[in-house]
Amino acid sequence: MDQPHKWVLAEAIHSMYQAPLYHLILEVLLVIWILRLLFSKSYRIQDRVPLTKSEKEALVLDWTPEPLVPPLDKTLSEAVPYRAVNGQPGKNVEVDGRLCLNMASLNFLGLLGNLRIEKQATQSIKKYGVGSCGPRAFYGTVDVHVELEEKLAKFIKSERAIIYSYGFASIASAIPAYAKRGDIIFADEGVCFAIQKGLQASRSKIVYFKHNDMRDLEEKLKHQEQLDKKDSKKASVTRKFMVVEGLYMNSGQICDLPKLVELKYKYKVRLFVEESLSFGVLGEHGRGITEHFNIPIGKVDMISGSLEYALASSGGFCCGRAYVIDHQRLSGQGYVFSASLPPFLATAAMEALDIMHENADMLKELKYKGRKMQQLLNGIPGIELVGYPDSPAFHLRRKDPVSFKEDLQFLQDIVNKCSKNDLCLTIAGRLKDEELNSNWPPSIRVAVTVKISDEELERAANIIRDATV
Amino acid sequence: MTVVTKNGVSNGVSNGVSNGVSNGVSNGVSNGKHSPHVRPVRAFQETFEPMPLSASIFASVNYMFLGLFGVIRDFLRTNKIEKVFTASEDPEMKGFAPLYDDFLSFYHRNAFMRIIECLTRPLARAPGAVLHIVEREFSNAGWVCKYTGKILKNVVNLGSYNYLGISENKGKSTKVVIEAAKKYGVGICSPRREVGNLDIHSELEQVVAEYLDVEASISFGMGFATNVMTIPSLVDKDCLVLGDEHNHASIATGCKLSNATIRRFKHNNMEDLEKKLCDGIAYGQPRTHRPWKKILIVVEGVYSMEGSITNLAGIVALKKKYKAYLYIDEAHSMGALGKRARGVTDYFGIDAKEVDVIMGTFSKFFPGQGGFIAGSRAIIEHLRADSAIASYATSMSAPVCQQAISVFNMLSSTEEGKKKTKQLAKNCRMFRQGLKKAGFIVYGNDDSPIVPVMIFYPSKMLGFSREMLERGFAVVVAGYPATPVLGSRVRFCLSATLTDKQIQDALSAIIDVGDLVQMTYLKGK
Repeated sequence: MDQPHKWVLAEAIHSMYQAPLYHLILEVLLVIWILRLLFSKSYRIQDRVPLTKSEKEALVLDWTPEPLVPPLDKTLSEAVPYRAVNGQPGKNVEVDGRLCLNMASLNFLGLLGNLRIEKQATQSIKKYGVGSCGPRAFYGTVDVHVELEEKLAKFIKSERAIIYSYGFASIASAIPAYAKRGDIIFADEGVCFAIQKGLQASRSKIVYFKHNDMRDLEEKLKHQEQLDKKDSKKASVTRKFMVVEGLYMNSGQICDLPKLVELKYKYKVRLFVEESLSFGVLGEHGRGITEHFNIPIGKVDMISGSLEYALASSGGFCCGRAYVIDHQRLSGQGYVFSASLPPFLATAAMEALDIMHENADMLKELKYKGRKMQQLLNGIPGIELVGYPDSPAFHLRRKDPVSFKEDLQFLQDIVNKCSKNDLCLTIAGRLKDEELNSNWPPSIRVAVTVKISDEELERAANIIRDATV
Repeated sequence: MTVVTKNGVSNGVSNGVSNGVSNGVSNGVSNGKHSPHVRPVRAFQETFEPMPLSASIFASVNYMFLGLFGVIRDFLRTNKIEKVFTASEDPEMKGFAPLYDDFLSFYHRNAFMRIIECLTRPLARAPGAVLHIVEREFSNAGWVCKYTGKILKNVVNLGSYNYLGISENKGKSTKVVIEAAKKYGVGICSPRREVGNLDIHSELEQVVAEYLDVEASISFGMGFATNVMTIPSLVDKDCLVLGDEHNHASIATGCKLSNATIRRFKHNNMEDLEKKLCDGIAYGQPRTHRPWKKILIVVEGVYSMEGSITNLAGIVALKKKYKAYLYIDEAHSMGALGKRARGVTDYFGIDAKEVDVIMGTFSKFFPGQGGFIAGSRAIIEHLRADSAIASYATSMSAPVCQQAISVFNMLSSTEEGKKKTKQLAKNCRMFRQGLKKAGFIVYGNDDSPIVPVMIFYPSKMLGFSREMLERGFAVVVAGYPATPVLGSRVRFCLSATLTDKQIQDALSAIIDVGDLVQMTYLKGK
């Protein structure tokens, strides 16, 4: 084995003699340069002058932090206390001691307090206990989770579904799983808070377009296309997304899905639709906005929904093609790092899905009631009604806005008067200073449930009308 | 003239202050430690054995092979030579920028899928001291999964967060929970601030505050979201957050969303924390050098991947010295540490009011879903008004609240709670001693209920997990991205329900498998 060793060395020395002089000189210089770099002291530009220990101690002593939170009396004087709900919220709800007709809970299909769901949930608690003791990867997966995911995917007619343990966390985890720093997201300026947090966490460049304004969106897409032409290599690896809601939480409007799908393929921008409110509400069977517009679900890259409103349970989900959804099992923070959905809530959601599936008439009735309520409330002087005509969730705003604070007080007075007449409404809760669009006007969000009768709708409309005078 | 003043002032100040500060503070701190309401701090014993050189070399070689085969497999897949089980992009999406292009998806396809059988094992019944696992069969390097129809019964549970063994679905507590489901229903359909505030939420918050001996608490529907949305309510872009380097992802996300400046200090290293506190205050904000508005130290009670317990005594001393605020995430320590199972403050004998913000979850040992924040009334009322979860996300489901209330009541009033915490502490010590004697590299604190044992090699994770399951033990193996790339480990979560026999059986099985897989790196040392 020594022979080849010697041979190689001999050849090396021989080749050194044979090489031209300039080659040798260059290599020697290179070796000297490398040695110099290795042994020279590293030089760092200091952006600060180092302080001495005593100077630091003096500064520490001098420094006075602000209190962690504002003083208690200030917080209490500005805060609106929570309303006390007694017992089970349902079609009626006991709020602050009064039994009222409930037009505040987003209980569209009236499944709060459904006995069939309660029975299944009870059996599930007996079988599985309350919690799952771990995240999905570490013995937190119960067979009902897998069953619910399959059921949801089958119902919505998409390839795959993934469940989150909290509705808020679904879209807020899904967006940063795909969009990273350097990517571009075109988002509607009226998107809900959960989406805003998802956008913020993604660190991508966010381009907001005017609420539900497809022309503005197309302009912005065109503008981006022109920017892309200047650096096409970078553009070919920059992911672009559009984020919209099926039925907007903040305005009750629906998005123009056909136009969005057209823009998706024209400008090569992936489409994410948040369907927390529209799942179980829009479409002939409650499949959401894709069914409403009769668009094959494969055209939308990802749909994010909630089990907390129409299905009256807890948790959220995302569905879409397997290629897209499977990624969230490793990258969706709210999925990987959180304990899984309690099994009884998954069972409750499955039962609710079955009920919805068996009673497709409910969806028709819901739309009818939503439309009727909007018609009854249309034309109230001083009040502007905002929302898609068939939507069971819509907003009442002040027609001639004065200032945020005064408008809010005006609407709060209406809510209070309605409470006195046993109708429970709510101001659409917003943290004005945390929202990206702090100019969004305050509003009352009216939620119609399918369980309300026509007479009750008329009575409610009259109470609201009287309260605005 | 300026020179004279400067010299005079700086000399006077630096001499006076340095003498005063160092003497005063050190005296104050050392006196404080031994003041009557604080018991002497117990000896802090944590082990982090460094990685053996052979393991680091060969584990890297292991990854290289995985990577090499991954590249070959990807090549075969793209050229349709090998059957493609991965889902592929819709052909209509031609021309779109590729959705995935990073290391994580390569790792997912070529390494993670191989060990998928160790993860996401579905259960057929409530997790408890034993599990009933739905059996699955994998083929094609983890891509094809079939349910065999069998259920593996009575697998000893060494993986769930079931520290006090409360997850069993029998007994009076189940009855009370079912009554709550009947009384309040299962869902809420509204955020807390609108019409989602049930009386059971207030009851839960009262119980939590009394249990932890703090002024008030507030509950939220998800533990992960609690961290993510609370930290931005406390700090903003002019604040400094000093977080332990091994903090949970939820804390990291919360800090990111708050726009505060984040600096990480070495794990449980008080010198590094002190240096960063001192430098932070002295140099102020980067570039402008304006003073920070607030400094928040964020740590966890028990670290879920390291098995270490935070050095609370050291941190509280530093927090007082440097006027910082302290936020502790007690997700894994609540119910597992301390004589009264009150968490890390109980363990160290420190008054819970010394910690500004205590965060905990209801999903670990209760078990259920949700999280809470406990602290002074000012903080809690501020969160009630300012928290995004209370305004936008639905409130906790009533049966889950009831479960948590029942568990807290059981722990505070009955002997059962004390018995369980004692048993848990005993189990932890016995288990660790057994593993250390056998030559495994065990990380963390002797008292922590989380026992990580290092594997290092990605391939050995699969072997260990599979062999343990065959012997009737369910374990959790964790690798990248939950741990560093070369830091693959098996993480045991002990429970008070494990009997001595079960622990002995577990130890002998682990030693068997450890020898088989060659994990006993310290054997013979």
